[in-house]
Amino acid sequence: MAFAIEAEGLVKEFKGGIRAVDGLSLQVEAGTVFGLLGPNGAGKTTVVRILTTVFLPDSGRASVLGHDIVADAETVRANIGLAGQFAAVDENLTGLENLRMIGQLTRLGRRQAIARANDLLQLFELTDAAKRIAKTYSGGMRRRLDLAAALLHSPSVLFLDEPTTGLDPYSRQSLWGVIEELVNEGTTVLLTTQYLEEADRLAKVIAVVDRGKVIAEGTPTELKATLGATVIDLEMSSTDQADRVSTLLIEKTGKQARLVGASVKLPLEHGPSQVRELLQILEVAGLMPEHLNLREPSLDDVFLTLTGHMAEASTEGGRK
Amino acid sequence: MSLTVTTHPEAVAQRGLPRFFSDMLVVTERNLIALVRLPQSLFFSSIQPIMFVLLFRYVFGGAITVPGRAYVDYLMPGIFVQTVAFGSIGTAIGLAEDLQKGLIERFRSLPMARSAVLAGRTSADLVRNIGVLILITVVGLLVGFRIQAGIWAFLGGLLLILIFAYALSWGFSIIGLLAPNTETAQVMSFPLLFPLTFASSAFVPVQSMPGWLQGFANNQPFSILVDAMRALSNGGPTSAYVIRALVWSIGILVVLAPYAASRFRRSF
Ligand SMILES: Nc1ncnc2c1ncn2[C@@H]1O[C@H](COP(=O)(O)OP(=O)(O)OP(=O)(O)O)[C@@H](O)[C@H]1O
Ligand SMILES: [Mg+2]
Repeated sequence: MAFAIEAEGLVKEFKGGIRAVDGLSLQVEAGTVFGLLGPNGAGKTTVVRILTTVFLPDSGRASVLGHDIVADAETVRANIGLAGQFAAVDENLTGLENLRMIGQLTRLGRRQAIARANDLLQLFELTDAAKRIAKTYSGGMRRRLDLAAALLHSPSVLFLDEPTTGLDPYSRQSLWGVIEELVNEGTTVLLTTQYLEEADRLAKVIAVVDRGKVIAEGTPTELKATLGATVIDLEMSSTDQADRVSTLLIEKTGKQARLVGASVKLPLEHGPSQVRELLQILEVAGLMPEHLNLREPSLDDVFLTLTGHMAEASTEGGRK
Repeated sequence: MSLTVTTHPEAVAQRGLPRFFSDMLVVTERNLIALVRLPQSLFFSSIQPIMFVLLFRYVFGGAITVPGRAYVDYLMPGIFVQTVAFGSIGTAIGLAEDLQKGLIERFRSLPMARSAVLAGRTSADLVRNIGVLILITVVGLLVGFRIQAGIWAFLGGLLLILIFAYALSWGFSIIGLLAPNTETAQVMSFPLLFPLTFASSAFVPVQSMPGWLQGFANNQPFSILVDAMRALSNGGPTSAYVIRALVWSIGILVVLAPYAASRFRRSF
């Protein structure tokens, strides 16, 4: 069986008529990392909750390792690990007690749960804090404890909802290492992330989600190729000038550029040969950039072009 | 270090009663640890009932006359019921907090018995109630409470209250599941508890209340429990009281526990 996770036409509507997931389908190859990318409110967390049997879908079907998430939810739960977007840590228990409890609830037996908990505390560098009440943990420590909890019963399919949000660069790097090692050992990982660098580095396939639907899917390279070979950044002297350039480009070329502060970003399907034409248009209008920069498209460009939302706004990620 | 087994043999789901009981114990233990570590929950479950004993015994008690016995003997059965009733707010708050903190979400993704989340919560509250009832009994004895009906009748009365408290915990777990946060759980609980606790025979004879209130006060479950406990500690005929009290407790349990369990299953 090639796919560890399959979903088809998933729909989930909340009270008040919000369609958080709106006919979403995906397939995740076993032993790979699959990245779900999308702006705030796109429905990523809801998808993860459906696939981990926390929520029931209104319609559509999905399976994990070939087991239906509704009809055979028990088997699904026995084989998955979940680290949700908001660390689900029991603040009144110590780190070790938290892991022991989850271990026992995942059928490890008390002794085995404690042994495994100690291994994972070491892996996530929490050994020194193991006997401290989780209330006294920093945000990053809670996050790491939560990740450890997802790994207790060595699940073969792992769901990580924004696993590195709130981690310092060092912890992020080491978590990436852990994920890569898990995948080498055969684990399948579905992760959501706001960090394009993370998706680029870890994910074999990325699905861009917006308004509960997959709007693009492919390897990071394929996704970047959809924008053409080159992106040009025009650094203007003011945001006002940048606005005018953007309007001008729509008029003259029909293309919608992207504005980030005073810089204008435009994909060039035909590569650098278009630069001359572009500069002529700008020169005639008296809107020459202060600097310009030609580069390969980043996943950032893909994401923003596809979703039309600002990346800056999506990184904050408030609580629901 | 090895993170996982290199090959992933597919795990088979376990089901059935052994899993339920094992999970219930794990969740109960976790809730009891929290109870001991949280100063405010220790306060609500121990200091507050002691203050009520002292308040009614020494402040209000002098102004209240009850026929045929010392007020402290009349009071203590009321305090027992009031204490477990107020304690059941803890059930609602605890569950609301677990929901708010995302713990329930995690539990729902685990291969555990889902019903163990509620069963573990209500069991922990049962253990807490046992401890609190012992404490209050001792405090009562220290301020002059005397058991006249015999120790076995009295212990039977405490057992009756524990059954009632267990049923109430299941009822209040519904509030915990409905409330969006702990504050709301608390706010939703009080309007329910206040009339039941105070418009009852717990602290003053119902005959002293206005006529329109007496019908309610005489027949609502808190009064029935208090009356049963009073008979079992002060003496007098008991069987009719005890049967009515048991009917109420079991009635609440068989109606509200399955409802709470189905709410828990469906509310996502
Ligand atoms: N329990 C809920 N009740 C009602 N609406 C909800 C609930 N959970 C999510 N929503 C709504 O569903 C939509 C999708 O939310 P979801 O949390 O899945 O998005 P997301 O992609 O994870 O966003 P973020 O990047 O901010 O985490 C949002 O509009 C949100 O307000
Ligand atoms: Mg989310």
